[in-house]
Amino acid sequence: MIELISLALIVLSAILLLAITLRMRKRPVNLREIPALARLQHTLGLSIEDGTRLHIALGHGGLLDARGGSALAGLATLRHIAERTSVSDKPSVASAGDPAIGLLAQDTLQAGYQAAGVGELYVPTSGRVTGLSPFSYAAGAINILQNENVSANIMIGHFGSEAALLAEASDRENVIVIGASDNLAGQAALFASAQDSLIGEELFATGAYLGAGISHAASLTAQDILRWATILILLGGAAAKFVGVI
Amino acid sequence: MRVFTAAIAIAIAIAAGVLILGGYFFPALASVQTLLLNWTIILAGAATLVGVFNLIAVHTDKIRRREKGSAYSALLVIGLVATLLFGMALRPEHSFMRVAMNGIIVPVEAALMGLLTVSLIYAAIRLLRRRADLMSVVFLITAATLIIGSATLPFGNVPVIGTLIYPWVTQVLALGGARGILIGVALGALTTGLRVLFGVDRPYGGN
Repeated sequence: MIELISLALIVLSAILLLAITLRMRKRPVNLREIPALARLQHTLGLSIEDGTRLHIALGHGGLLDARGGSALAGLATLRHIAERTSVSDKPSVASAGDPAIGLLAQDTLQAGYQAAGVGELYVPTSGRVTGLSPFSYAAGAINILQNENVSANIMIGHFGSEAALLAEASDRENVIVIGASDNLAGQAALFASAQDSLIGEELFATGAYLGAGISHAASLTAQDILRWATILILLGGAAAKFVGVI
Repeated sequence: MRVFTAAIAIAIAIAAGVLILGGYFFPALASVQTLLLNWTIILAGAATLVGVFNLIAVHTDKIRRREKGSAYSALLVIGLVATLLFGMALRPEHSFMRVAMNGIIVPVEAALMGLLTVSLIYAAIRLLRRRADLMSVVFLITAATLIIGSATLPFGNVPVIGTLIYPWVTQVLALGGARGILIGVALGALTTGLRVLFGVDRPYGGN
């Protein structure tokens, strides 16, 4: 029964995503303002003008578990940032705590450079694996923040409470921190320690706000529809239980 | 040629994704799913080696250019190579390797955990200076209340806070909020996964 419901949810989501993408080609939507993402846009432009570097931290989530979604969202953001900042004097650096994500980060950075028409400027060491455990990853990423003329630390991926160490190190170096995690402890740590943090599913909205394409905006609308459907099902279930139907 | 290679990569990625997803719902695809996942585990192991070489390349480059902090990079490379060589020669079960693990890695990570406590307290103190809004006030009051409510005191729980407010906040408000956030994250992960499955997002290269 659970398998059937899961399959139905996936098929419904796929149909929704396709339908909304096709609809948005004709009629684009307006997105509500999220301060953290507005600051991210501003920071991107500023880093190119300043000749400073952006550090995109992808966290220590891997592709082989439930944390893969946040890693993929981080990579989608990285792709767009790489394309926008590829002509900067100090190109962006991406760090990952999982080797597979580290490899994909290199590939994504290269794709961003090629899309900007400056593929020859890509440096393979701009995508790095800094450590394999949460704390060793954070320690390695702090080294980048302290020594590589970074102006903004964009943390998008799976972070636990060690996110506070990265945010505090950024603060000491006067580096702007924009953070998002799919982990509840990580979200709480980022809310307390980052200038701007994204809560919950806002992590997956980054691509849409950076103008990564219609499909990103369409997936936000699909998420909203699915969220409302979930709320109605939960309320319906509670009401049915209350009146004794189930 | 590049377009052709990208098209093949997209086709393989989509086919692998669909087969692995299908394996969860259709028993006929379960064996293919297991086979693909086993290949993935082998490739992930190989990626670890690539990641280690990448780490060495980054830090040797820093040492060569005499960049800021290159002494730490030298320490990292020496430590990494020495541990790798000793590990290969003595095997990971050897007592020396266990001492290296229990005497260096575990205490260093524990120290970072200790630093994290200080960092979080410092961040909480600075929160209102950085972002003085209603959510920050609610966050701080909740955190302080829960710390007081969960404190182990000689006379037992703090009256009202420990016996009424703490259980209600953790088991009703926080649990409900956490479930809401996790449902939102799950829906976000689902649509992100579907974008990759449709070939719209391609983290495996190509424009």
